Amino acid sequence: MTVGTDTRGAGKPDLAIELAGVSKSFGPVEANRDIHLAVRRGTIHGIVGENGAGKSTLMSILYGFYQADAGEIRVDGRPTPIPDSRAAIAAGIGMVHQHFMLVEPFSVLENVVLGAEDGRLLRPSLARARDALRRLERDYELEVDPDAIVGDLSVGAQQRVEILKALYREARILILDEPTGVLTPAEADHLFRVLAALRDEGKTIILITHKLREIMAITDAVSVMRRGEIVRTLPTAETSPAELAELMVGRRVLLRVDKAPARPGEVVIEARRLSLTDAGGARRLRDVSFEVRAGEILGIAGVAGNGQSELLEILAGIRPATSGAALLRGRPLDLSRATNGADRRARGIAHVPEDRHRRGLVMPFAAWENACLGYQDEARFAARFGLLDRDAIRAAARADIARFDIRPPSCDLKAANFSGGNQQKIVIAREMDREPDVLLVGQPTRGVDIGAIEFIHRQIVTLRDRGKAIILVSVELDEIQALSDRILVMFDGAVSGTRRAEETDERELGLLMAGIDPKAKGAA
Amino acid sequence: MDPETLLQLAGSSLRLATPLLLACLAGLWSERAGIFDIGLEGKMLAAAFTAGAFAAVTGSAWLGLLGGIGASLLLGLLHGFASITLRGNQIISGVAINFLASGLTALVGQNWFHQGGLTPQLSGAARFEPITLPFAAALSQVPVLGPVYAGLVSDHNILLYLALAAVPLTWWALHRTRFGLRLRAVGENPAAVDTAGISVTRLRYGAALIAGLLCGIAGAYLSTAMAAGFTREMTAGKGFIALAALVFAKWRPWPALGACLLFGLLEAIGIRYQTITLLGWTVPVQLMQALPYILTVVILAGFVGRAVPPRAGGRPYVKER
Amino acid sequence: MRTSPPRWADLALIPAVNLLLALLVAGLVVILIGENPLRAVELLVTGSLGSSYGIGFTLYYATTFVFTGLSVAVAYHAGLFNIGSEGQAQLGCLGVTLVCLALDRTHWLLVLPAAILAGAAFGGAWAFLPGWLQAKRGSHVVITTIMFNFIASALIVYLLVNTLKVPGSMSPESRTFEAGAHLPFFHEMLAAIGIRVSRTPLNLSALIALLAAGLAWALIWRSRLGYEMRALGHSEPAAVYAGIDPARIIVIAMVISGALAGLMALNVIMGSQHRFVLDSVGGAGFVGIAVALMGRNHPAGILLAALLFGILYQGGSELAFEMPDISRDMIVVIQALVILFTGALENLTRAPIERLLARRGAG
Repeated sequence: MTVGTDTRGAGKPDLAIELAGVSKSFGPVEANRDIHLAVRRGTIHGIVGENGAGKSTLMSILYGFYQADAGEIRVDGRPTPIPDSRAAIAAGIGMVHQHFMLVEPFSVLENVVLGAEDGRLLRPSLARARDALRRLERDYELEVDPDAIVGDLSVGAQQRVEILKALYREARILILDEPTGVLTPAEADHLFRVLAALRDEGKTIILITHKLREIMAITDAVSVMRRGEIVRTLPTAETSPAELAELMVGRRVLLRVDKAPARPGEVVIEARRLSLTDAGGARRLRDVSFEVRAGEILGIAGVAGNGQSELLEILAGIRPATSGAALLRGRPLDLSRATNGADRRARGIAHVPEDRHRRGLVMPFAAWENACLGYQDEARFAARFGLLDRDAIRAAARADIARFDIRPPSCDLKAANFSGGNQQKIVIAREMDREPDVLLVGQPTRGVDIGAIEFIHRQIVTLRDRGKAIILVSVELDEIQALSDRILVMFDGAVSGTRRAEETDERELGLLMAGIDPKAKGAA
Repeated sequence: MDPETLLQLAGSSLRLATPLLLACLAGLWSERAGIFDIGLEGKMLAAAFTAGAFAAVTGSAWLGLLGGIGASLLLGLLHGFASITLRGNQIISGVAINFLASGLTALVGQNWFHQGGLTPQLSGAARFEPITLPFAAALSQVPVLGPVYAGLVSDHNILLYLALAAVPLTWWALHRTRFGLRLRAVGENPAAVDTAGISVTRLRYGAALIAGLLCGIAGAYLSTAMAAGFTREMTAGKGFIALAALVFAKWRPWPALGACLLFGLLEAIGIRYQTITLLGWTVPVQLMQALPYILTVVILAGFVGRAVPPRAGGRPYVKER
Repeated sequence: MRTSPPRWADLALIPAVNLLLALLVAGLVVILIGENPLRAVELLVTGSLGSSYGIGFTLYYATTFVFTGLSVAVAYHAGLFNIGSEGQAQLGCLGVTLVCLALDRTHWLLVLPAAILAGAAFGGAWAFLPGWLQAKRGSHVVITTIMFNFIASALIVYLLVNTLKVPGSMSPESRTFEAGAHLPFFHEMLAAIGIRVSRTPLNLSALIALLAAGLAWALIWRSRLGYEMRALGHSEPAAVYAGIDPARIIVIAMVISGALAGLMALNVIMGSQHRFVLDSVGGAGFVGIAVALMGRNHPAGILLAALLFGILYQGGSELAFEMPDISRDMIVVIQALVILFTGALENLTRAPIERLLARRGAG
């Protein structure tokens, strides 16, 4: 393990934050393992890593939301236990959460003052906060109307309120968790100017992100996390997006999936300029177009949150699109409602959702009941008088269990009581059961053990070889590479590039995922 | 309608609105903190009984009031324990409290006083008598102002004035104090309060206790001020009308006063006039009785201005992983 | 891997412990009143189960509670808390009454199907609007059903006072039906085959209640609609994924729930009172909440819980007769305690029991 600064021994006074040997587990899952991290005062320190690498857990420990199982936190060189948020605030740490901790019907002033009031009466606190906001606004370009209702503000302005909250509590160390995920590029640029101004004032900033462009643009140093560990800390000036992408993904044993070359047939499903603007006015998808042929796997790569999930849900009929069209064998799909799931299945589109806990399974249902989820209205499962044919469903469930080696092989066990890999097998078995023309798969192996991963991959390839069109969304780049025939990379809601799987490598894909097209001229 | 009738009707509306107002404000405190409270009726009933019983036994309306508040606080704590500490279902807890109060008041009442569930008739110091405000007699000769002052403003019991004072007090406490700010925040986004280093549990218990206090006063008003003793089921759905008024007022104190006065007026009209003829159509008295509920459904449906309850209402707070 | 407690603990042990706690507290209340709780239990049991008279009344009450308990349970499986069974039952009474008044010169065999339809339709209609408002406008079904309860009682009072009342009569009730709209009593049916039992209001609708419990069971656990309701009740995102339209299921579940509540009128109106009086429902809708909670929203559990409440209601009357200090209000207290301990305070016992079982399982 390489660490930029030696963190062992006594704390150093020029360090704002030091973590020494911090570990945290949730049950059997090790979210953070023996973390050593040193953040210099007056710098912007980036932390990058893929989803689930343990970045957010680490920062929650620093903010007192979780307790570390082992290790020490030093703030300004002094060992500082942080049992709760109050202690973090007292230690001068402020946090801007990914999901804002704001009270929407409150004014900006009220939000800023909440928890940091001067006395029992509000008026003096509000007056002081108003003065403070005016000062902060002048110093750092943090302009917001103090009397505006937070719920009416744009997402960018709401984020400024979160920063103001921290600064009002005299935070010297500011943690931002994926701050640009919800921002427009202009808002993100604005945020970076604010952060630079804060650093120049001597504040320390920790920026958690998975966007390499941001790391390169704004940070002084960067730590890369992978699978709960910090694998490297580097001065930003001495690294490159390519190196960071490689470190993030890691030189893992490449997943080998034996597959014959694809023999694509005619176009089965295509998207034409699909766009989505969410309720907050943010553009989640921008003119996404592609086509998938029979007997072909299209992998959609990208860092989480760049529009892949929304795209999959629109095609699956459980999220409406704002504009654009999708065609199945040349005939349009209804994109206007969020309740088209049954219609899609009837037309031969199956869907393995990204989140099996919330969507793919009804957790308190037994395995056999989950075996017909989504297909409950099909004739093969129907008995007379609107009843379900339990024998048929159980037979299907038993067949799934045998075919996919689901363990324990019990129809009657609740879905919640299976392991993650076996839960996922229940979902995939069900969706593949009916030989769909199109299979939409999201994160097929998230939280799945290695043995099950290989099995699931083989099943997906087999389905392709039977002439089906498959759209695969995954944040695991090696999974995308191992399975896909063509790879479409998404960045910021748009397609940043499409490559043939055999003609690209992880370096190029990593750059595309960061929104940089190495083949385009003048790329940053 | 002559001025005197009008004045009487107004006075009667005010008296009928008072228990609604107190209970409505109780619901407001609880629900603004994120705890649904359909147990207003039960708390009020328990308080009405205890106040009536204590006043009868001690001969003091004030001790009665204290007893009533105590009973209501106990039920408030029970609701808090179920919904805050045990993270149970707040609706079920409210339903249970309503039945508990309904059964216990009748059972204990019969067992204690042997008058068919009634408490003994109260008189003198055991009741809150109307207070004549200063200058009522002197001003009574002044046209308009005099009769209004003497007939409507003056001559009510202390609890009614207390209820009216509770409106600005509630508004002030919610909007002008640190406690109020935190309490409103916990009803909208408890996570924001938690990350600011404030205890969600303590705030919510605080709200449950204030709701208990106000329901206690409301109940005491029924048995020791408006009537002269407790009768079975004397709340007669007032706790639910208060709940309706709360929705109607969109969980705000001043509109709550307006809503309760309106519902009080409807009740007063219903009591005074058995038949009302409007444009040649006789309005059934039952329609008048149902009007608060009908109006509330219309408001709830969002056809006339949307009633948005506090966002975190009804959900126990669980720190997210 | 997350493990839930064994099925027997979930279905039997935890409810039993909670019920026991409720009864213990009720026993404390009896002691405080100055009576002997064991003697009270004895009176309760002999009063309700000690004679054919007691059993008849017990089953009569239980019949009503089966309908209202099922009503609450069906809505619950779709994730809805219907506290409006009381009002829906009142409307059901209206529907059954209208049919009986119109057809009571024919034969009960003709009247019964029409009465079933009318009771279900009126009760269902009264639940439709709260369901629709929840589905389409997001108005919380708990609040709207409370409001609809009060609107229903105002409506019923109006109709009984102004429309249905017998001209010249002072009491707000409909006229008594002719024999053609009386469901056969059990004591009559048994007499026909030579068995003599006491005259009680127990009537044919007890069998209809059993049938309804069977149908509700088939609906919830065997039918496609029930599957979709339960999926929605557990997880709305999963239901949407499965192509289920939440708005449609919410409305349907509420209508079925209201219809079941409305059917209680068969027992009370057509089976026993033979007329519609002001207090025909008398809180049975609310008892349904306790019955559903105690029966864990399963029809079999509801039959048992309804029987228990039947025992409480009948035995409670006998108890009040023998021990005047324990009035019938004791039943309401017990009902409250059952709701409290099996519903609101469920986690009080659930967490310790689950921990205990987990430790034993591990050790």
